[in-house]
Amino acid sequence: MEPASGIRLDHNHQLSLKEFPYIIRWRDDRCKRCGRCTAVCPVKAIEATVKVQRVVKSEGPVPTPTVAKSITHVVEQVTDMERYCTGCGTCTLVCPNEAIEPEFNPQHKFLHYKNKGGDGYKRGGRRNDPSISTLDRLKFTRISMLTDPALDAGRHEFRVRSYIGRILPPENLPLKTSNGKLVVDKESIFIPPVREIFPIMIGSMSIGALSPPMWEGLAMGVAYLNEVEGMPVVMCSGEGGMPPRLLRSRYLKYFIIQIASGYFGWDEIIHAIPHMVEDPAAIEIKYGQGAKPGDGGLLMAQKVLKLIAKIRGVPQFVDLASPPTHQTKYSIEEAVAKMIQSMSMAWGFRVPVYPKISGTKTARAVLNNLARNPYAAALSIDGEDGGTGAAYNVSMDKMGHPIASNLRECYLDLVKQGKQNELPLIAAGGIGKKGNLAANAAALIMLGASAVAIGKYIMQAAADCFGDEYNRCNLCNTGKCPRGITTQDPKLYRRLDSDKVAERVVEIFKAADVELRKIFAPMGRSTELPIGMSDGLSIDDQAIAERLGISYAC
Amino acid sequence: MCRLAAITSEKYISPMEPVFALETMKEGHDGSGLGLTLKNLGGEFEGIKESPILSGICSKKGMEILNDFMKKHGFKLKHEWTPKIKPLRGIVAHDYYFARAYDYPASYAGKSMREKEELLMNTRLAIRKIGEPDESIFAFSFYPDVITLKEVGDPLEVAEFFGLDRDELKAKIIFAQGRQNTNYAIYLYACHPFFIQGYCSMTNGENTAFVPIREFLMSRGFPGYIGYNSDSEVFTHILHYTVRQLKFPLTYYKDVITPLKPSEMENRTDREALKLIKQSLRPLCIDGPNMVIGFTPDGTCFMVQDSKKLRPGVVGGIKGRYALMSEECGVDRAVPKRDRSKDIFPMKYDMVIVSPDAQEVKIWNQLQG
Repeated sequence: MEPASGIRLDHNHQLSLKEFPYIIRWRDDRCKRCGRCTAVCPVKAIEATVKVQRVVKSEGPVPTPTVAKSITHVVEQVTDMERYCTGCGTCTLVCPNEAIEPEFNPQHKFLHYKNKGGDGYKRGGRRNDPSISTLDRLKFTRISMLTDPALDAGRHEFRVRSYIGRILPPENLPLKTSNGKLVVDKESIFIPPVREIFPIMIGSMSIGALSPPMWEGLAMGVAYLNEVEGMPVVMCSGEGGMPPRLLRSRYLKYFIIQIASGYFGWDEIIHAIPHMVEDPAAIEIKYGQGAKPGDGGLLMAQKVLKLIAKIRGVPQFVDLASPPTHQTKYSIEEAVAKMIQSMSMAWGFRVPVYPKISGTKTARAVLNNLARNPYAAALSIDGEDGGTGAAYNVSMDKMGHPIASNLRECYLDLVKQGKQNELPLIAAGGIGKKGNLAANAAALIMLGASAVAIGKYIMQAAADCFGDEYNRCNLCNTGKCPRGITTQDPKLYRRLDSDKVAERVVEIFKAADVELRKIFAPMGRSTELPIGMSDGLSIDDQAIAERLGISYAC
Repeated sequence: MCRLAAITSEKYISPMEPVFALETMKEGHDGSGLGLTLKNLGGEFEGIKESPILSGICSKKGMEILNDFMKKHGFKLKHEWTPKIKPLRGIVAHDYYFARAYDYPASYAGKSMREKEELLMNTRLAIRKIGEPDESIFAFSFYPDVITLKEVGDPLEVAEFFGLDRDELKAKIIFAQGRQNTNYAIYLYACHPFFIQGYCSMTNGENTAFVPIREFLMSRGFPGYIGYNSDSEVFTHILHYTVRQLKFPLTYYKDVITPLKPSEMENRTDREALKLIKQSLRPLCIDGPNMVIGFTPDGTCFMVQDSKKLRPGVVGGIKGRYALMSEECGVDRAVPKRDRSKDIFPMKYDMVIVSPDAQEVKIWNQLQG
């Protein structure tokens, strides 16, 4: 054996492309060396380089091969893990000759290496699990046909509406009879505020996490749906405040304002309260997020530009980390009850206030606390398939609870107490993961949700987000979103047209409305949302069927 | 789809009358059962209107258990009616069919009707629980001035089997259902009409919102909201819950099962109450397709439709005798001499209410309130 000392390293230990999640397929014969791909790549995973090539040529009427060396310009993928190809495919989009595209490499060993500097891999997106979720396995099997007529989704009148807000138990309604009619005795009891909404809402994504045209596009789409289409779709602000003019506008009623542990943006909001001409749709108190349970929010310094800094009331270019927990949290009573009281009081008890938690085995403990709190307006549960702008990969991939059984056990717990209609449950996390927005929403409603919230789906469907469950792109945390969705860089967000986003939002919700009818109509339901209609659902797995209390079908 | 025949009259009538009306609708039921509920009894029960009557079916063993149970709980048998059974092919006879009038236990002498109602219902539920596992006892109703009869078979044959054509049993309100068995097993407890503490209803059509409604009722903490061998039983319990438990006037039954849209509520003077009712009773909204015929303890009868009005229903008659039926041919059989042009076919917003003793018929429109 050779002695270890004194030998010279041969530096042959760099990573091979086989370790990388995406391998660039570049075609020499098609490339015209325009350089667009290397310029556009958000992570500089490809670069133009020069190679000496041995070329065999033959000219003339008979084969007379000659060997020549030539200097060629090529596009090459780098083998630096910090500049790994994310598979976003922006290079393909800009290539005039279809000469380049990334290809997923199922044998990659990306996670083995993506921890340089002793820090775990951080990214945006959602759980990298491309398998079929429980939501997508649920089928609607109770079809009306002859024993009861199927409804016509196009002809019959449908009411696809839900409520957020604490609903009084019928026994406690402040009603008295006068001349054969019921009248409300308003003095006798507090009647909590309740909003009628479309059962699919846009979940919390902040200004800051989203680019100005993206947030604006969503907001415009929501306003259009309400004002023109008559669909009461609401959208949550996320943590990070709201544009000051919007806070003072009549459109505020379509927005749920979120307060989270960093209280970003709340200075501006509180100061705007006296000038508000409308109440917001609701206030969401964020305690947890499905994508990264136990983690606080995080807006990386590179995304904290002037506008964001102003709205949030912070200096520019600093990391904005919201703590994992609210500073005031001492016990669940402190954290939830006091916060709900404070928020309710700020708007004179005219606005529903509800907490959002990440999917967890302990959800029922929170639920039962809320069930006893007459001011709690709902409970939003965000399952493990929820998305985020920035988190550790391990949090996204491994932490959290699937939404289906979490939601179901909470609903059944409420049924046991007879409070299933008093405290609406909002389900989120992986709705529309495979594009089946209406089907996933309907399934959750039939398991007991009063409404569902979507985030990643709307980014993909309305703004063509590249992200998927094969870790494609998922650069939301870096501020280099190649679609201009999650960036504050004008050079990038100029790629996104807020009008187009708004148009897509409207199309998506209108289509979802049609599809919900196409699901409810054959099941004979039209006048009221089929919340908890679990006899309509089946699944091809005995264990899941048992867990969810639905039938098994195969 | 089940066929329904109800007659309300100022005079005592035979239960054969609604059964004959059912016979005219024979195409619509498959003979899987007949259910009869008689209220405001005549004949041998006319003089004992205050005494609660236990209606049911039992085996020999069940009868012994029942006698012991009632004795132990202080009920004294006052009068018993049993049908004069005529064995017929196709109908498997049970050992005993009975309607037994009892005296209340002595300790209940000075108690209110509400307390007595609790006792009667809890007694019926206890008997049901004892007899249910081995089907030794079926207890359908236990209430003053009400008898319930149920058996599996073709309605006319079942009536003949019970000897109703030869009996003096009479009543002023009689509900009859010819059962069309659909999703559920043929089972006596699944047969309409359903009855609880003076409230009764029967329904045609399936109830697509059955499961959430059942879960909501069962979670009210009221012991009588059990059973649900038929998805139609919830309609009776919603009626009971709305009128007896929540003390809403009867017309609000319609507002509970088919709430108006917010824009439609605007014309109602009680819109604020309606808004709260719609929110708080959201799980009791029915989605049809159903037509419901019911009665309340004072002898008011009514008919309502679901909001899509996908099931037939008609009310017709003359002062002193009205028929509420699932089909016109049934009304023709029950009240042939009437002005047919005055027949009422309730639409989605209507509730047809026939006052006690069939004196007056009113159409209450939900939009007007």
